[in-house]
Amino acid sequence: MKRTIFSNQLLPWLLLAPQLLVTLVFFLWPAAQAVRQSFLREDAFGLKTSFVGPENYSALFRDYDYLNALGTTAIFAVSVATLSMGLALLFALAVDRLIKSANAYTTLLVWPYAVAPAIAGILWWFIFNPTIGILPYLLDLVGYDWNHRLQSGDAMILVVVAASWKQISYNFLFFVAGLQSIPASLREAAAIDGAGPAKRFLTITFPLLAPTTFFLMVVNVVYTMFDTFGIVDATTQGGPGQATTIMIYKIYEDGFLGLNLGSSAAQSVILMGIVIVLTLVQFRYIERRVAY
Amino acid sequence: MVEDRPWLNRLVHLVLIMGVLIVAFPVYIALIASTHAPTAFTSGVIPLMPGDQMWQNYAQMLGTGLSTAGAPPLSGMMFNSLIMALVIAIGKIVISITSAFAIVYFRFPFRQLAFWAIFVTLMLPVEVRIVPTFKVVADLGMLNSYAGLTIPLIASATATFLFRQVFLTIPDELTEAARIDGAGPMKFFRDILLPLSQTNIAALFVILFIYGWNQYLWPLLITTDAKYYTVVASIKRLAEAVDSVPQWNLVMAAVILAMLPPVLVVILMQRLFVKGLVETEK
Repeated sequence: MKRTIFSNQLLPWLLLAPQLLVTLVFFLWPAAQAVRQSFLREDAFGLKTSFVGPENYSALFRDYDYLNALGTTAIFAVSVATLSMGLALLFALAVDRLIKSANAYTTLLVWPYAVAPAIAGILWWFIFNPTIGILPYLLDLVGYDWNHRLQSGDAMILVVVAASWKQISYNFLFFVAGLQSIPASLREAAAIDGAGPAKRFLTITFPLLAPTTFFLMVVNVVYTMFDTFGIVDATTQGGPGQATTIMIYKIYEDGFLGLNLGSSAAQSVILMGIVIVLTLVQFRYIERRVAY
Repeated sequence: MVEDRPWLNRLVHLVLIMGVLIVAFPVYIALIASTHAPTAFTSGVIPLMPGDQMWQNYAQMLGTGLSTAGAPPLSGMMFNSLIMALVIAIGKIVISITSAFAIVYFRFPFRQLAFWAIFVTLMLPVEVRIVPTFKVVADLGMLNSYAGLTIPLIASATATFLFRQVFLTIPDELTEAARIDGAGPMKFFRDILLPLSQTNIAALFVILFIYGWNQYLWPLLITTDAKYYTVVASIKRLAEAVDSVPQWNLVMAAVILAMLPPVLVVILMQRLFVKGLVETEK
């Protein structure tokens, strides 16, 4: 809180005007529309709109496809978070041991952050291409017939690998920062007491990294729920069947391709609820870290 | 490093080299594919050594595009992406820094409410409210325009918070001194706050440029006129036509071109990039 302030009354509103205007027109108004739409149903020709109460919501929870999308999103989020955070932690621990070459390795590891999710999807889609891709060729040598166009498991692996590949650099940078904030004296004391590298990791480094790990878990879940739209759309388009239709993709499918606006809006509202909870969790955690 | 363990040091290098290889592998494959003639992809597995068609492929994608896929030349699409990334990055910084200035340095009615209105945008990513936002933009006649590509994405709670944090660390004595010397609020903003926030602005710009360049769903929805296509949103259109006529070399050239600008930004401005990334998440 500032003690010294300026006394103008009109100026602050002029300064805030552009941001508030954009927020109002493109954020708050559409969000309110989504909530309103979620209680309405349009007939097939878009001529008549009627109020149906919570019918759109209850229909969703009877809809096998929607429940399936919930499950797919959960599997996707957990797989991507585990895979990309696991690898990132491994690389961060390795870089943390080095002094001279740490910077060079960091440069070589962080650039995938700049690759768009859709581009990351296409890169792995090419590598996994059933007819000419290099990985299906290698898998064929060990007797596995890869085909993400037909096999739902293969399709899921494809999107998980692409999404994790892109996210490693982000997790890596935050793990490195987290490791650097652990006082060296703690590890040195443990080493003097005879704890080897593995023991030090389990009893000192990993517990002290818990705040970073928790923060990254939230960020990774948000990432897999929204930013991965491009990966799914550019590679599997939610298929085969509904195998890779995550929640955000279903909202798009129902809203823009199926034109089922009421259902799409209800799904949006549910997803908004999830983001709000995740954001609040994240902010609570940050408040705590600041206090600490 | 706590103690010297030669075998562990070797293991560490091995792990990191493997990491670098995993990270680089898909891009290497794409880069190699983009240097071959289309015939290289008809026989079995993709090539692993560079071919000799690199300049032809890139020249074709930049100059004429893929007419069979309804894709205009990439040079035009990359120009659109550049405009989009620059307007979003600069726009977000400008409206956020003025918002933060208003919130930190003034007391006015509904100040708290304004702060919360901005905070809420954090919880409403464009993907969630995609259908109603599309409708608003359509009603405003902003489909197929640079304004429609950029303005709806320009509000930024994270940037506002970042500048708020920066301003809160600037000592009150500076403000008092400026006021005693007769500086009004805008002069104080221009001559003291802006210079003091320079590195934060630069770091934020790097992050926001990447964010803007990599937008996918939004440009995909609101551009139906090839004049406004952006390169990242067009990648699927390019790749889809491939399944009928295999022109992997051209698609991979497009992929490399689409990721080159943001990747270069990260590599060339690594220090600012890391600073921006860590700060915006605080």
